[in-house]
This record gives sequence, structure tokens and C-alpha cells, in this order.
Amino acid sequence: MNAEQLMQKNQALRISILKMLATAKSGHPGGSLSAIDIISVLYHQVLKHDPKKPQWPERDRFILSKGHVCPAHYAVLADQGYFDPVALDTLRQYGSILQGHPSMHHTPGVEVSGGSLGQGLSIAVGMALGAKISHEAFRVYCMMGDGELQEGQIWEAAMAAGYYKLDGLCGIVDFNRMQIDGFTEDVMSVNPIRDKWIAFNWHVIEIDGHDLTAIENAFYQASAYKGKPTVIIAKTIKGKGVSFMENNAAWHGTAPNSEELAKALTELAC
Amino acid sequence: MRYVSLNFNRDNIVKKPTRDGYGEGLVEAGRRNPKVVAIGADITASVRVNWFQEKYPERFISLGIAEQNQVGVAAGLSLSGHVPFATNYGVFLAGRAWDQIRTTVCYGNLNVKFGGAHGGISVGPDGATHQALEEIAVMRCLPNMQVVVPADSIETRKATIAAAEMIGPIYIRFGREKVPIITQAETPFKIGEAYAIREGTDVAIIACGAMVYESLVAAEQLAEEGIEAMVINNHTIKPLDAKMLIEAAARTGAIVTAEEHQVAGGMGSAVLELLAQHCPVPAKMVGVKDRFGESGDPDELMAAFDLKHTAIINAVKTLLKRQ
Repeated sequence: MNAEQLMQKNQALRISILKMLATAKSGHPGGSLSAIDIISVLYHQVLKHDPKKPQWPERDRFILSKGHVCPAHYAVLADQGYFDPVALDTLRQYGSILQGHPSMHHTPGVEVSGGSLGQGLSIAVGMALGAKISHEAFRVYCMMGDGELQEGQIWEAAMAAGYYKLDGLCGIVDFNRMQIDGFTEDVMSVNPIRDKWIAFNWHVIEIDGHDLTAIENAFYQASAYKGKPTVIIAKTIKGKGVSFMENNAAWHGTAPNSEELAKALTELAC
Repeated sequence: MRYVSLNFNRDNIVKKPTRDGYGEGLVEAGRRNPKVVAIGADITASVRVNWFQEKYPERFISLGIAEQNQVGVAAGLSLSGHVPFATNYGVFLAGRAWDQIRTTVCYGNLNVKFGGAHGGISVGPDGATHQALEEIAVMRCLPNMQVVVPADSIETRKATIAAAEMIGPIYIRFGREKVPIITQAETPFKIGEAYAIREGTDVAIIACGAMVYESLVAAEQLAEEGIEAMVINNHTIKPLDAKMLIEAAARTGAIVTAEEHQVAGGMGSAVLELLAQHCPVPAKMVGVKDRFGESGDPDELMAAFDLKHTAIINAVKTLLKRQ
């Protein structure tokens, strides 16, 4: 898939996210739209995976620690063929394979259940250590939010990953600068974010999280870097792609109504 | 009714901490299955995981003082095909990392094994902060979790090996201090199968952990006064051996539960939740009564908190008088 095709694909994925949230009448559009470009690049260009064999032992692992943006992950998994896209219309409904937060036993392609923030990186560290102990080559990717970095457990996990030099592990911070209460900088600053990861013995790459080429290159650099885990700090825009959602914390956890959906889809179709 | 005859020498009681049984069991589990890995949390020797570390250094992971990360890393290890044992003091493991145990491990039904050390008031001089008295309650309420509290070091060894061989999350509680060895290598042990160690028709004393021995002593003294007490080693608190416990209640018509834990939510609560629905009989609970522990000599604390055989005798007498 070339850059132009991928860009179009990501617009389609944004439409898919907003439609499923509007149908569900609840969920988290802001962070889903900030994370989608990265998740899409991962599944299209980076991850070693097979949608027909979700449990393939050699697959790379992706953990969405900021589990509330699972609609972005679901949109990609459906598009990749992990399950029938018809299921997207059942998001958050009783009996659906698509739970409000990630559930490994409901959704093919979801590696681990989660949604209680701060837990994913520890799990990723365990997976990467497990691969190291049994001399397996799979890589582990873990996406966190910048607000999520306020959780103490993230830094327990970061310390362990640095100590064990887990170069098979790649963290991604979807740095959209916002959380429910407003700007992260005002709620509880996580800065200086770069220096923090360096201090925990990580290799740090900073990119524009909506520049598809930059995202792809960052993942290749991370794979090539030996002796340390890598974290990609991806500067993103919360609500990216929908003018009235961009940089507005009110869209953290509110689904669009039919009118707002129509307006958003018009913008995304351009 | 499952009955097991224990042949320990009453005149020459051998004592050993149940944590030793855990350490031995972990080494044996590691020998049987190369996928068994152990996580150290700075208190490695205190919880006897150092024996595994010495034997299988390549399968030992030190994570320092970080319980939440310990549980998450264990989850990740299980997801990469390993059988991780996360061992820590029960207070910190079940308490501090409860959300991690709930959401990551139990919701996912992951194959993670928890070793909860320093269970009970008998931890002694370290005092209330380190005496785990609530873990059974907060572990047994979690879907998919199994909870085992073995009676002595030999049984703890067996429980640890059994934990490695079953699939799914399990919490094994063990203690710091030496307690009498009452079972033998050949005594049958199976998770979920309680057994009587003394027959009796007047009352059934249902106990777990070190309280099994105290219950036996109580029963023998009660017999001198003409009260015949059945004693059950109810080592598995989840899943409960419903058939066995209902039968014991039906046969005796009176129940005393005994545990080194808060009575609220513990083993006794679990048993009485079951019996209230399926075979309601008069009951009394021996355990810690809604208070924190204190520093002191273990034996002195057991007496002060009404956890010795004398407290069980009193409970039985009060119960039978009331009938």
C-alpha cells in the first residue's frame, strides 16, 4: 500500500470509528481519532501477523493500554479481516464481540483484556521477557496515552524494561495533550516526557503522529535499535480529522449524534 | 464423606513454616515443567523463592519492589506461554495489586499463580501492616480465581505443584512461622477436595491453614468432655467442596469455622454462604473480628486474638448450649 492509498484508508477508518460510536451512542472519539494513524500503520506496514490465525505463535503483539480507544483498534481489525465488519454496528451492545473496553475472549485479534489505565506496559514487558527467555523473535508493541503516564505502574514497567534492555519492546505514546478534565499540562503535567523515558533507559523517538511516513520510519528505527527498548512519542491531535472535535476535551468520551456524524463524515469524505 | 487418617506423632510434633513448603513446591514444579518461571520482588529469600532462583536462575526474574508491575509482567509471561509464579507478601499482592489481578489476570482468565506469603496474625513482630488478614476475602470474590490455604508445609508443597499443573489463576496462602506438620507425603491432596481428619457427630469444625491443627487439638479435648467433633481440612476456599460441606452440616447439625483471617469475607463466610442456602444449621465463626493485628510473639498473638484451640472449644460449647 502506497502513502496515498494508506492516507485514504485512514480516512475510511476514521469514518468507520465515528459510525460505530454514533450507533453505540457512547464511547471515545477524541483519542480514537488521534491514535488511528499509528495503529493503521502498525497493522499495514509493521506487524508480523495473520488475521486468519490470530493465535499464530510467531506473531508480533500489539497491546492497546489506553483501552478506551478500542474503536480505533476494532476498525483496523475488522478491515484486516480478523472478524466480519458487520460486528462494528454492535459495539457496546449486550452480546457483542466488541466490548466497551478490550476483551481478549470476545474479540479476535485482541491480545489481552484491559482498560484500567496503566497496566498495558507491564503486560508488554512480561511478553517481551517471555520471548527473551524462550528465544523467540516476536516483537511487542504497546500504545499508551499521555494522560495515562500519570499512572505510577507505567514507570514501574518502564524501569523494568530499561533494566532488562528489552529491545524487542516498543512503546508508543499517543501524545494528544488532552485528557477528560482538559489539557494534560493543566490536569497533571507529564513533562518533560522525553527526559523521563531517557532517564528510565529507553531509546526515544519523537515524531508527528499523523505523518504516515514518519510513523513507519520510527517503527523501523525502533526495530533496528539494539540494547534498549524504544518509545515513540507521537505528537497527535485529539479528534484529528474532524474540525469540531479537534483539540476539544469535550469529545474525549462523547459519541456524535446523527447530525454531528453527518457533519463529520462530510469533512472526512473531502 | 471423604475421611483421611493422619498419623503424626502427638508426643513429638515436628514444626515447619508453610513458606518452606511453597519454596520446595516451586522448585519441584520447575523441575517438572520448564515453562515455570518465578518473579522475585526483593523479598525473595523471605518467601523462599530463592530456592527456585538458585536452581533455575535463567527462569527467575527480579522486578524489585513493584507489586502492580509484578502482576502485569506475570500476565505477559503467561501470554507468551510461560507458567509464572508471582510471590509477595499477601497484603501487598492481594491488596496493592488487586485491580491488576482482577482486570488483567482474572478477567482474562490468565494462567498466573499467586503465592501470598505472611498470611495471618502469626506473622508476629512486624505488626498489622504486614499481617495479611483480608486476602482470602478479596481474592475469592474474583471470577475465575481459585484460592487455597494449605494446613502445613507438606500440603503447601503439594498445593504449589498442583497450582502449576492446573490452568488458570490461583492464589495460595502460606505463613511465616513454624506450624505443626500433620499431613504426610502420601496424604491425598486435590484442589477443591476437602477431607475430614477426625470423625464426629455433634459438631463439624471446618478449618483451613494452621487452624486445622488447632481444631484437631480442640476436638480431642472436647472428646474428653463427651463432645464428638468432626474436623475438616477445608484447604480449598474456592472452589468450595460443596458436597462434602453440606454432608458435614447435615450429619452434625452444627458448624464452627476456624481461620486466621477476618471472619468477614473469609473461609468461614464462604462456607456459611453455601450452608445458609443449602443446609442451614447453627454456626459460630472463629477468626479475627473486625480489627487490625499488632506486634507481638506469634503464639501470644494467636491467643490474644482468640485463634488458639481454646477459642474453638469455647465456640463449640457456646454453640451446642444454644441448641
